[in-house]
Amino acid sequence: MLPLVLDSLSFAVNGRTIIDRISVEIGAGPRTIILGPNGAGKSVLMRLCHGLLRPTSGSIAWCGSNGGRGRQAMVFQRPVMLRRSALANVIYGLKLAGFGHSERELRARDVLEVVGLGDIADRPARVLSGGEQQRLAMARAWALNPEVLFLDEPTANLDPGAVRDIESIIAQIHASSTKIVMTTHNLGQARRLGDEILFLSQGRLIERAPADRFFRKPVSAEAEAFMRGELP
Amino acid sequence: MNEIGLAAAEAGRLIAGLDAKLTEIVLLSLRVSLTAVIFASVLGLPLGAAIAVGRFPGRRALIVLLNALMGLPPVVVGLVVYLLLSRAGPLGRFGILFTPAAMVVAQTILILPIVAALSRQVIEDTWQEYQEQLRSLGAGPITSALTLLWDTRYSLVTIVLAGFGRAAAEVGAVIIVGGNIDGVTRVMTTAIALETSKGDLPLALGLGIILLSLILALNAAAYWVKEAAQRRYG
Repeated sequence: MLPLVLDSLSFAVNGRTIIDRISVEIGAGPRTIILGPNGAGKSVLMRLCHGLLRPTSGSIAWCGSNGGRGRQAMVFQRPVMLRRSALANVIYGLKLAGFGHSERELRARDVLEVVGLGDIADRPARVLSGGEQQRLAMARAWALNPEVLFLDEPTANLDPGAVRDIESIIAQIHASSTKIVMTTHNLGQARRLGDEILFLSQGRLIERAPADRFFRKPVSAEAEAFMRGELP
Repeated sequence: MNEIGLAAAEAGRLIAGLDAKLTEIVLLSLRVSLTAVIFASVLGLPLGAAIAVGRFPGRRALIVLLNALMGLPPVVVGLVVYLLLSRAGPLGRFGILFTPAAMVVAQTILILPIVAALSRQVIEDTWQEYQEQLRSLGAGPITSALTLLWDTRYSLVTIVLAGFGRAAAEVGAVIIVGGNIDGVTRVMTTAIALETSKGDLPLALGLGIILLSLILALNAAAYWVKEAAQRRYG
C-alpha cells in the first residue's frame, strides 16, 4: 500500500489552519520521524494519514491499496485500554481485523510474550502500569501485522525505563519490515530511532532530510532554532 | 407519638411473621417493577448507546427531550396509559387495564427515559475516551456501541437500579392503571396510600419499612459491585 502520497494536504478547524498545504511522499523502508515543537501539527498530520480526520483540502492516497485503509495501525500517546484482560484487548483488535477465531488467541499470546507481558496476559488491562499499558498498546497494534504503524508520541508519558522498552519494541517492529511513522518532540529519541526526518513547524513541512544530515546541519532556520532550544 | 410507636411495633410483628397479605403485596410490587425495569433496560440501554455513538439530525433535540422526560410525572403517565388502554382507547381490545400488565406498561414508560438518558451520558463520556482507538482498530458504529455497553457495564447497573427504585417507589401511575384492586393490582405504594387513609397505620408503616429497606439494600449492592469492579478492572 506504500508509498503514502500527500498532495497539498490542509486541515483547518473553525477557520484556524492546523496543517498547511503539505505535499510529501512517504515510502516503505526507513523509519520516518515527524519532528517539531508542540503545536506544530504533528499529531493532526498523523491522524489525517491514519484516516481519523478528514482533510479540509488536498488529498491522501495509498498507492497499491485496494481502495480501503489497508493494513495500518496506530498507537496513541495515551493508550486506551478496554475493561478486559490484556489478552482480550489484543484479541479484540484481531477480531475487528478479521482474524479467524482459532488464530486470535495464539497470535495474541505470542505477541504479548514478545513485548514481555506474557506473564500478565490475563490481568485486567486497566490496572497495569503506564509503561505496561503502552507496551500492551504496541502489542495490540503489532499483532495486526500492519504494513504501516503510526506512533503518536508513544513515550511522552513514560519513565526512562519504560521508554527504553518501547524503543526496543519499535526496533523489533521495524525489523519485521513494518513501516514506522512516528511523531516526537524529543530530539534524542528522533536521533536514536529516525532514518529520515520530516520537520514541521506551524502546520507546514519545513524540511525533509535523512536523519544524519538533518542533525548535522539543518537547512532551515526553524529547525536550527528548534535544536538550539533543546535543554541538555 | 405513642401511636407511631404502636404502629411500628405492629409493623415489625407483621414483617417478622411474614404476614400473608403483606407478602403478597410485596411480591406483586417486585414482580411488576422488575418486569418494567427489564423492559426499560432492554429498550433503554441500546437506545442510550445508539444516541451516544450516532450522529444524526435531531440528535441534540432528542437528548434534551429524553433528559426532560426523566422528570415525567407518574400521574400523567398513568393518565395517558389509562386513555390508551381503556375500552374506548386505541389499545383497549387487549383488555389489560386494571391488571399487573397495565402497571408494567406504565412503569416501563416512566423509567425508559431515565435508563436511556443516564446511559447515554455515561456511554458518551466513555466514547470520548475510546473513540479514536476504536476507529483506529476499525470498529464501526454498532461494534463501538456494543463495546461501550460492555465496558460501562458497572455504571449501567447503577442506572438500572435507579430505574428500579423509581418504579418501585412511584404511586401515581400504578394507582390509575392498576386500580389498587385487593389481591390483583395492589402494590406496596398503593397499599400504603390506601391503608394510611383508612387508618391502618401498622400495615402502611410495615410496607413503608420494607420498601425503604429494599431500595437501600439494592443500592448498597450496586455500590459494592461497582467498587469491587473498579478495584478489579480499573
